[in-house]
Amino acid sequence: MMKLLKIAAFGMLVLIGFSCADKNRPNYQYMPNMYEPVGYEAYQPVYFLPDGSLALLPAENTIARGTVPYEIANDMEGKLQSRTQLSPLDSLNTEANLANGKELYDIYCAICHGPKGAGQGTLVKREKILGVPSYADVARDITVGSTYHVIYYGLNAMGSYAGQLDHTERWQVSEYVMKLKGELTE
Amino acid sequence: MKKVSNRNPFSSFFGFSLVTLLLIFNTGLAQDSAAETEATTTTEEVVGGDPVKGKQLFNQNCAACHSLNRKMTGPALANVESRLAEEEGLDKDWLYRWIKNSPAMIAEGDAYAVRTYNEYNQAAMTAFPTLSDQDIDDILAYTAAPPPAPVVATTPVAGSGDGSGSGSAISNELILGALVLIFGLLVMMLFLVNKTLKRIAEANGLVKEKALAEKRTPIWKAFAQNQFLVLVTSILLILAAAYFAYGWMMQLGIDQGYEPVQPIHYSHKIHAGDNKIECNYCHSSARVSKHSGIPSLNVCMNCHKSIYEYTGNAEGPSAEDLANGYTNEFYTGEIKKLYKAVGWDEENQQYTGETQPVQWVRVHNLPDLAYFNHSQHVTVGKIECQTCHGPIEEMEIVQQFAPLTMGWCIKCHQETNVDVKDNGYYEKIHAELSKKYEVDKLTAAQLGGLECGKCHY
Repeated sequence: MMKLLKIAAFGMLVLIGFSCADKNRPNYQYMPNMYEPVGYEAYQPVYFLPDGSLALLPAENTIARGTVPYEIANDMEGKLQSRTQLSPLDSLNTEANLANGKELYDIYCAICHGPKGAGQGTLVKREKILGVPSYADVARDITVGSTYHVIYYGLNAMGSYAGQLDHTERWQVSEYVMKLKGELTE
Repeated sequence: MKKVSNRNPFSSFFGFSLVTLLLIFNTGLAQDSAAETEATTTTEEVVGGDPVKGKQLFNQNCAACHSLNRKMTGPALANVESRLAEEEGLDKDWLYRWIKNSPAMIAEGDAYAVRTYNEYNQAAMTAFPTLSDQDIDDILAYTAAPPPAPVVATTPVAGSGDGSGSGSAISNELILGALVLIFGLLVMMLFLVNKTLKRIAEANGLVKEKALAEKRTPIWKAFAQNQFLVLVTSILLILAAAYFAYGWMMQLGIDQGYEPVQPIHYSHKIHAGDNKIECNYCHSSARVSKHSGIPSLNVCMNCHKSIYEYTGNAEGPSAEDLANGYTNEFYTGEIKKLYKAVGWDEENQQYTGETQPVQWVRVHNLPDLAYFNHSQHVTVGKIECQTCHGPIEEMEIVQQFAPLTMGWCIKCHQETNVDVKDNGYYEKIHAELSKKYEVDKLTAAQLGGLECGKCHY
């Protein structure tokens, strides 16, 4: 009887030991001083900011380093105005711009607009999002400037991609979209 | 087209309600025999709208902003024709003009056009001059009575799926039960045999041996008296303890397999696996920065403005998902959590401005003593995300795949060749170093990827 009890107690100990290995909790660390940063890390919670988070929007009326302001407004007039705007990218470097534009287009746009711009991306084919138009749609008649406007502000169900692409990248994608439009209308 | 333009509103409304009645009747009897479908299509052609064609056109052109029973960027369109006729007194010709060139009507100052335009945050509807009157008739026929086909199709599939699933579960339980019963019987038989044998032994007078055995020294006492045995066992014990202690200490600080529960159940399996969304779509800063970045909620809303419920795969949730509670309702509930956090008012399709930050739990956490840069690996090194993060596209809950130890980093640096193609930066150094090491291709280690200062500074 005593023997049985001893075995049971040992088994319990082992079980307790295993149950401490919780997948939901990080492991113990040797020297937390060397693991935890002294400076602030991205997304770290901090007590002195309003939302308690370091992830913030830039302060109003400031321009973050490296960003190029876009002066056209997000309304009907702005959309018309944007149509005549031309790409500021170096036209001697078109090939490299288009190559980069394709890479980015395949990441951010092709999921809905399709790799060829015909509006048949994976999400459309799986009927998750519907009604994505083709770039060749006559009624829309997109230009490189209006494409940039839509990428910057979004349009109807499409959201803004200004946060995921920077100034140069947006123009590269716009140029690539115009290339796809040309291929579709051929 | 003559036929259509000559019709007066009353007859069109009458004809339309006739079709609706016919269709409802047809759905009620829903037996999709070929003869019946043919009959309905012919009646529809008389009125001028084919709901099946209409559905296709609707999904292609309208569904980005309109849904049948739900307000989206534009109004819900179920029964739009009769609604406009009854409430606003507008006939089909108004709809033709509106769909073909809505901006012109707003500019003209048409009362209802301007009202709708202002009601929906002045989001102008694209003009559709390419749609013919016939196309619009088809779309209107669809909005009036969507074809019942999908409903009929899904019910038997779901039924058969359920049947087979529960059937296999029952048979499994039955087999298990039978096995337990047999096992119990065996144990009982053993006991009985043992008892009988003992009784026979007692009857034959063999019990005395037991008494004799008690007089012998017990085994543990004999063991304690043998010093050699004690020495050997204690050495063995110490070695075993050292082995386990070493193993335990070596895994300290390693979070491989860490799988925290997140505030919103985000399934990488659905997003990256089923829907094949690129990793960089959401983790866009992995291309250009040290951090891979947790997407802000506006990135979620790029798609979830349109996708407001989870409808599962075409075949429905698998048995495994159901066992874990990952039903369609569960996922839809998680999307609602997102709406609450980002402050999206589904009813009115606009942001309320009341946001709550989502406190995601960080999974991969490199100690501060080591430097790691995502863009260096993703953009320059062209390393697949899965090399370090494992089969993310199969993970329902993300867990740390790699140990993220120094040995693990070094192993990869020693084995991976540097991709110098189309990268002018490496040309000169690659030519010189490959001559020095007498190799064709340089590994990251030969390019200085093992120098202490590269990661620890």
